[in-house]
Amino acid sequence: MDLLNALVTLLNFVVIPAASYGAQLALGALGVTLIYGILRFSNFAHGDTMAFGTAMVILVTWWLQGMGVHLGPLPTALLALPVGIAVTAALVLFTDRAVYRFYRRQRAAPVILVIVSMGVMFIMNGVTRFIIGVEEIRFEDGERFVVTAGEFKKMTGLAEGLAFRSTQAITIITAIIVVGALFWFLNRTRTGKSMRAFSDNEDLALLSGINPERVVAVTWIIAAGLATIAGTLYGLDKAFKAFNYFQLLLPIFASAIVGGLGSPLGAIAGGFLVAFSEVGFTYAWKKVATYLLPDSMAPDSLLQLMSTDYKFAVSFAILIIVLLFKPTGLFKGKAV
Amino acid sequence: MSERLRNILLFGLVALLIVLEGTTTMGGLFGGSWNTALGILNMGLISAILALGVNMQWGYAGLFNVGVVGFVALGGLAPVLIATPPVAAVWTAGGAFRILFALAFGAAVIAAAIFLNKRMRGKAKALAMLALLIAGFFLFRAIFDPAVNLVESYQPATHSNIGGLGLPVLVAWPVGGLFAAGAAWIIGKTALGLRSDYLAIATLGIAEIIIAVMKNEDWLARGVKNVIGIPRPVPYEVDLQQSAGFVAFAERFGSDPVTASTVVVKLLYAALFVAVLAIIMWAAQLALNSPWGRMMRAIRDNETAAEAMGKDVTRRHLQIFIIGSAICGLAGAMIVTLDSQLTPGTYNPLRFTFLVWVMVIVGGSGNNWGAILGGFLIWFLWIKVEPWGNQLMQLVTYGMADGALKTHLLDSAAHMRLLTMGLVLLLVLRFSPRGLIPEK
Repeated sequence: MDLLNALVTLLNFVVIPAASYGAQLALGALGVTLIYGILRFSNFAHGDTMAFGTAMVILVTWWLQGMGVHLGPLPTALLALPVGIAVTAALVLFTDRAVYRFYRRQRAAPVILVIVSMGVMFIMNGVTRFIIGVEEIRFEDGERFVVTAGEFKKMTGLAEGLAFRSTQAITIITAIIVVGALFWFLNRTRTGKSMRAFSDNEDLALLSGINPERVVAVTWIIAAGLATIAGTLYGLDKAFKAFNYFQLLLPIFASAIVGGLGSPLGAIAGGFLVAFSEVGFTYAWKKVATYLLPDSMAPDSLLQLMSTDYKFAVSFAILIIVLLFKPTGLFKGKAV
Repeated sequence: MSERLRNILLFGLVALLIVLEGTTTMGGLFGGSWNTALGILNMGLISAILALGVNMQWGYAGLFNVGVVGFVALGGLAPVLIATPPVAAVWTAGGAFRILFALAFGAAVIAAAIFLNKRMRGKAKALAMLALLIAGFFLFRAIFDPAVNLVESYQPATHSNIGGLGLPVLVAWPVGGLFAAGAAWIIGKTALGLRSDYLAIATLGIAEIIIAVMKNEDWLARGVKNVIGIPRPVPYEVDLQQSAGFVAFAERFGSDPVTASTVVVKLLYAALFVAVLAIIMWAAQLALNSPWGRMMRAIRDNETAAEAMGKDVTRRHLQIFIIGSAICGLAGAMIVTLDSQLTPGTYNPLRFTFLVWVMVIVGGSGNNWGAILGGFLIWFLWIKVEPWGNQLMQLVTYGMADGALKTHLLDSAAHMRLLTMGLVLLLVLRFSPRGLIPEK
């Protein structure tokens, strides 16, 4: 019984939250890694693209709610997602046209593109704040829980409850669908294959008649879609606040680099590695240990390795350790 | 127009803007008060120093440091640890000594791990290091945690920290530089061998960690409870107002003592900052035009060629990374001295990292005069864009009926800052990529 209780506690406080956070990071990191693979620079504006996309989704959600449209047990935001993606894709395509294309034609050094993306970051940040403000916004509606802690206790008779929030379930399911679709697209379709070819060897891809502008445009659209989905899922799961999305940049970059920049599979692995370590290191293990250890050895401290405020430190430490021992990341990223 | 004349005109423009701010309101475009004008000037001076530091890293050596805010925050720690009066109780009770001991122990563990990393090979190394680090971590926490509790439980409303040394606050400025230099050495040792964008991410991460530490380690500088009333290197306004000599002095200029005292205090700060800026600028120009500066630029322009000439690229990078970061730390200490308070919650990367980058790029990377110009100009814009945006919004919404949209537009004027800065950066990068005062 104690073993089961320990397991349930672990699931409730570590595995489920980390899995949904990891799915959000993985989706964000996929966007960063795709941009890096095709356009060959680290996009500092990605966090703010996420914020902008989420802001759009929130606006449409409010409008839908005002019209009386609801998705029943599911959050209305899911219905608003396609519109949000479309607007965000339009914005990043416009940015590419107005800003990035000039430097691409010049074959500017990657670091110049990074600085340019810093400028885009400022503007997107400003636009998002302009549209929706800086306050924390909660926009989830519909059913809050798949299983609540109370129900679970009654069902199983265990002392520990297991709360499985619907936003967590939606995050994990959506992430699986999106990642599946993305890999199908990259591996099976003509456009996807041309993207991979372009990423592997630009000159060879150009020689074989691949239209670079088309590849770049498709990449931006996919990145915008991934950013909006990741941002909306994060916002549903926690809350929307423009500045928090800017701060997500660090764990997202950590995930992408740990997996190997340019490697989609690596981005997913990196996302989950970072999320599980962040949660694992900052969780107070006392409860689990109390169940597992005999009474005489019960711990009197919290058994928390680090306070939750240091979760960035964890993602950063993983980043450094991986870079020191495997400089191109776990899945052999590329180096520009 | 000769280059020299152009540069003089550009600096003249900045001076004119500040004078206008001080003298006229021009329909609300400017503040019309010497107090705000001097406030902008003071932070402009500090911004110029920050921009000089980043310009050394980026302009001289091509190092991409996006952790400026971390170095600024670390430098800001120095006035608290140097200039505030010591909290004797926590030292006599032993808590503070035990914290120091714990930190020394932690450093020893890391040093031992680095030693093992160099001396051992294969599986044995991995196992030994893992055991050492895990055991070291738990031992460290066992010494550290009770000591921290002891310190933090002492008068939580006013102290709960280890206090400072009670030295003059000017001593804290170079010390702030040293703090930042120490952090830069650690980062440089681990991250400088990596590729350029990895260095960027590494500095971004370190900055976040430094700020997280300063927000959460209350024993150090009270965390988000803030330290206020840090001693100042200049007299207090209240004291000036009460001195008969000063009141007479103010009357001779025909101004009331209250305004005169604030202006005089700001001018004194400005004099200190100008002195620091002048020294750094003099040294930076000397360095840039020396063989050392030529070598740096050679490394920046072609690392492979420089390496083939026998230059130790990684060492030189480390050197300039430390120097540039130290200057950022110095500026951080100056900011805290100017505000005479440390508020870790206000260290925002947009404001202290990315804005400084805009200053360097707009001013002209690689040129020290450009960095200074960018520092003043962008800081002036940063302060003024908000009121200007407000007026613009008033104008736009003038004919509108009162309603949700009007309030929303008026409220969002505050966010014009970021938008404008991004726009300025992109426009300069596109149409004048070498900045206002290009590198020669």
